[in-house]
Amino acid sequence: MNADPTPEHALPDAAAAPTVGSSMPGGSGSSETASTGFDLSTALGGARADDEERARAEVVFEADRLSVFYGDFQAVRDVSMQIHAKEITAFIGPSGCGKTTLLRSFNRMNDLIASARVEGGLRYHGEDVYGEGVSPVIVRRKIGMVFQKPNPFPKSIYDNVAYGPRVLKWKKSDLDDVVEESLTRAALWDEVKDRLDQSALGMSGGQQQRLCIARAIATKPDVLLMDEPCSALDPIATLRIEDLMRELKDEYSIVIVTHNMQQAARVSDYTAFLTVDIDDESGQRTGELVEMDRTDRIFTNASDPRTEAYVSGRFG
Amino acid sequence: MTTSTSARPAGPGASHRGLQDPTRRPGEWAILQFLRGSATIAILTTAGIVASLFPAAISFFREVQTVHGVSFLEFATGTFWAPDFANPSFGVLPIVVGSSIVVVLALLVSVPVGLLSAIYLSEYAPARVRRIIKPALEVLEGVPTVAVGLFAFWFLRPTAQEAFPNLPWTGPFAILIGGMAVGLITVPLMASVSDDAMRQVPQSLREAAYALGDSKARVAIRVVVPAAISGIVAGIVLAASRAVGETMIVLLAAGAGNPNLSFNLFAGVQTMTAFIAGKATGDIAQGTLIYDTVFAVGSLLFLVTLSLNLFAIRFVRRFREVYE
Amino acid sequence: MSITSSTASLPQRDSIRGAPPAGERAFSIAFSAVLGLGIFVALGGLAAILIWAVSAGLPRLDWGLFTNAPSTARIETAGFRTAIFGSLYVIAGVIVLIIPIGLGTALYLEEFSDRTSRFARLVDLNIQNLAGVPAIVFGILGLAFIVRGPVGIGFVAAAGSLTLALLVLPTIIVSSREAIRGVPRSLKEGALALGATPWKAVWTQVVPYAAPGVLTGAILSVARAFGEAAPLLLVGAVTFVTFNPRFWSDGYSVLPVMIYQYATRPQASFRLLAFAGVLVMLVLVLFMNSFAIWLRNRYERPLQ
Repeated sequence: MNADPTPEHALPDAAAAPTVGSSMPGGSGSSETASTGFDLSTALGGARADDEERARAEVVFEADRLSVFYGDFQAVRDVSMQIHAKEITAFIGPSGCGKTTLLRSFNRMNDLIASARVEGGLRYHGEDVYGEGVSPVIVRRKIGMVFQKPNPFPKSIYDNVAYGPRVLKWKKSDLDDVVEESLTRAALWDEVKDRLDQSALGMSGGQQQRLCIARAIATKPDVLLMDEPCSALDPIATLRIEDLMRELKDEYSIVIVTHNMQQAARVSDYTAFLTVDIDDESGQRTGELVEMDRTDRIFTNASDPRTEAYVSGRFG
Repeated sequence: MTTSTSARPAGPGASHRGLQDPTRRPGEWAILQFLRGSATIAILTTAGIVASLFPAAISFFREVQTVHGVSFLEFATGTFWAPDFANPSFGVLPIVVGSSIVVVLALLVSVPVGLLSAIYLSEYAPARVRRIIKPALEVLEGVPTVAVGLFAFWFLRPTAQEAFPNLPWTGPFAILIGGMAVGLITVPLMASVSDDAMRQVPQSLREAAYALGDSKARVAIRVVVPAAISGIVAGIVLAASRAVGETMIVLLAAGAGNPNLSFNLFAGVQTMTAFIAGKATGDIAQGTLIYDTVFAVGSLLFLVTLSLNLFAIRFVRRFREVYE
Repeated sequence: MSITSSTASLPQRDSIRGAPPAGERAFSIAFSAVLGLGIFVALGGLAAILIWAVSAGLPRLDWGLFTNAPSTARIETAGFRTAIFGSLYVIAGVIVLIIPIGLGTALYLEEFSDRTSRFARLVDLNIQNLAGVPAIVFGILGLAFIVRGPVGIGFVAAAGSLTLALLVLPTIIVSSREAIRGVPRSLKEGALALGATPWKAVWTQVVPYAAPGVLTGAILSVARAFGEAAPLLLVGAVTFVTFNPRFWSDGYSVLPVMIYQYATRPQASFRLLAFAGVLVMLVLVLFMNSFAIWLRNRYERPLQ
């Protein structure tokens, strides 16, 4: 990684303008162009950005030159970004760009892989996620996650939703209410209220994924990480999940990884575009953040030519 | 069930496009017939077992009915098993109960030990440790049962009596020791079937639970074990089948002489297998009642293990269907 | 800090610092300990058997064990020679039978049959069931069908071979099928594309590639057959032979059955002899099993 031209990389406080990764404007677009952080407000001209930032809610995640390794292999390099509350943030990029790896580092799911290692800083509401004395188990209890393929437990619908509350040892008497509330929030209650005791495996794929969302929000996390949540679903089920995400946005911060640019354009407020840098010698593929901006700008007026090339379908 | 992509039809000519069907060449044809014949041996073996057991068993029931006036009900419920006494008695319950005790004792050892070992191997053990423990369990499974039987009789039994002198040890045999030794050698079977089942549980289920902040121990208990339950049940059933058929260990450690219905764990109790091995040592004459008795007990044993095996095979299939 | 007014309605948020509650941690530790106990019992049981066999068998372990014939008169110099010969005969017969039949069945099921056909499914079901049929039932089959009945060859070593071969066939078939399944399809297809007949393609491409797996299954089968006593009690291996047996005639005995016979005699010196026999048998069986496992791990290839 080249020298970073913005030395004041120490992250500003939450209300200030965000630091986003971006490449040098007018760069050649070749793969060796380094992605570097610089201040969005300078690039876009102060007033507009300031207004936007004032309207945004507080910062939930703050990544500071975050890198993820599997053994000697670097999967993600020096990502710096901010995720704001009550927004939907999408990660897009070609396959192998590390967007899923990046997402899984947010709730320390990568800890499950023995060789995985993280460098750089990641803060959740100002607290270092990988700091001393932070247990991944506790981190995951605060941050909900929905996976690529619906993965309900082979248990009843009720037990699926109640799993998280039971982990937290919530009162048994509250469980019925929690289950109903979560299923209602996930727009599933009316469909399943009469068969809560039946196996979740008997549901359709779309229903299963909404059940997984209900399960993830049952313990009331404030963030929902979604890893390509619609890639295994048909278009109608996909639209239902997207509607649901828009509804959930008023209470949750949502980060979604998607390979589907239209989906990112449809649902997200902000979009981070990642690309893959292939090392000429070793052939290693390392993901890098190209830029992060308001979704409409990424899709209509991207500041990096690589982003423009990708969203217009010219590569990836 | 299988992962191979080859599903070539077997019939001559079905598998080949060409000018001349190579399966019609004499050499090729003879080889295919040999392979098919080899495969038939598995079916013939089962047929042979049935054909050797059941006619003799039927002639047993006919004879005890006509000569000794013992009905099938009396056979099934009688509590004294002495078919070779001068005044013979044909109540099969004592040896059925003996086999049942062995199964229960064996499962009391092999189910917890095998399941815990499987959880450790599947969920906890680093690859390095797994590469040591798996073969060690296979070695345990391969220990000849004569050796285990002598170990049980000459080491476990005296050691147990020394450790617990106040227990009512009676005579040199103890079915408690025999059953537990059978349990020890069925641990690898229980462990490997359960381990296979747990490793087939999709990683995505574990991840779902971890993402909800669950701990490793509870992910194993609340997600992995329930998801693998039909495989685990199959393991238990196979272990039971193995225990009911185990011969040398019970023969050496629990004896083959007691004709009484006995639930005394600290004494010798006869099992179906020990009876067969004790009586049918080559020199019994064909056509005699005792010869037929051996085959009748053998039929019972075969039917019990057959139903257990078929049950286990169904469970394994169902499990594989769920997770492909 | 935050400008939005809805902060208050955000779901509750505590610090992510700190460990899980003490109860949870204690449960995790206790569970790990219980798992360790399970492994300890399994491996400790194996270790106990081995240690006992060494300590009980060593006092009587000498060359006479292998060179002297069994005897009830001169216990101190009695050995296992004829039983070892008997075992060698029986095992040689088992090897000759199970390799062609086991490999043949495996090749038929994996390469030459339609897996969904009734015949293939029936063979598969029979193999799975036979793997769980008690050894002593095979002894009954051997007694009724091989010693007497249709085959009727009498109480000879060949009867032991046939009986044990049927008993261990499922083992070698299952191992061989796994090995064959691990062979890349491209090898066979390449040979077929060059005009080889189906059998030629399988014999020259699939079989050599699968050979280590087949051999593993064969060794595991032989180890099992070598240590098996129960079915041989029924097919005649109980003769107290003081002369070396022949394959087709005469009585015979095998090592595990001889051990059983020595062990059930009342005198302590016979017991010592039996223990020494156990040690010899265990060493051989463990060697075969370890070699087979090593071979499998050495040549294990990822499934295609």
